[in-house]
Amino acid sequence: MSMQGPLATSRSATGIPTGRLGVWWLLASEIFIFGGLIACYILYRLNNPWWGGEAVFTKVPAGAFNTFVLLTSSLFIVLAHDAAEKKDFDRAFKFIWYTIGGGGVFLLVKYYEYSSKLFADDPELLKTPLTNTYWSFYYTATGLHALHVIGGMVIMALISFDLRKGFNPHRVELIGLYWHFVDIVWIFLFPLLYIAK
Amino acid sequence: MAGAHAHPNYVKIWVLLLVLLVVSIVGPELGIPWLTLLTAFGIALVKTYYVAAYFMHLNFEKKYVWFLLLISTVLLGVFFFGVASDIMKTDGQNWQDCIANNTCAEQQRYFVIDGDGQLR
Repeated sequence: MSMQGPLATSRSATGIPTGRLGVWWLLASEIFIFGGLIACYILYRLNNPWWGGEAVFTKVPAGAFNTFVLLTSSLFIVLAHDAAEKKDFDRAFKFIWYTIGGGGVFLLVKYYEYSSKLFADDPELLKTPLTNTYWSFYYTATGLHALHVIGGMVIMALISFDLRKGFNPHRVELIGLYWHFVDIVWIFLFPLLYIAK
Repeated sequence: MAGAHAHPNYVKIWVLLLVLLVVSIVGPELGIPWLTLLTAFGIALVKTYYVAAYFMHLNFEKKYVWFLLLISTVLLGVFFFGVASDIMKTDGQNWQDCIANNTCAEQQRYFVIDGDGQLR
């Protein structure tokens, strides 16, 4: 098997390595996925002022803490990228796993939020995707985002072991771009779903 | 890497993002609508800029990547305004808009409708 690595590592027909250009295209398509969802949410929210009465059931401290966690994990992955560039692969490996840990904390908080709504004993606090359109949006948007977090964590774990051996260090930047985008999506979901009452 | 360039101080950017996060939480607590819009959503845009420009290195990336992302966002705007007129329309010939005349079952949970059909 060749140790040269994939073509995307070195080829650059556009001034940007092909692998990185591919990630930018992926992110452009993700703008439509999350952007379409958020645009629909905003339209319905403008038309349904009573949704503010539902938003009070979201937990602002939990959402704020998760924003802090994702911003911090974004710092970790960019530090991993920095270390990979300097060929300090052990340090890059460490920061990648810090980032994965951040994703894990985010999901734990999400689990706490979901379970407190889906399995609430008090009927007033019981909120499922079928409760009304607001909660359909809430679970669709946060659920899709959580799936992206899980996907990012799995990819980071997969590339981390190759990285420690010095293989394909450019992949740290590629997964970093994706992770920052996931962070940006949460930056918008937090005020939309938690803060705007 | 987005070409050879000096790396920004990532920790400083992170601290700035955390300060902005605090402002975006505290601002809406004051209950002033325009301040809520400014601090919650305005600051979300500022945070996005800092993450994209410095963590994603867009400031050091080829300019056409900006255009790639901006075109996606503009097309999203076309979608938004294209369907807005339909969603925001409050009357029709062959359907009843329960939002406009305040008869939606979901509205009844939070508001009392007075004799004029207005929310109280």
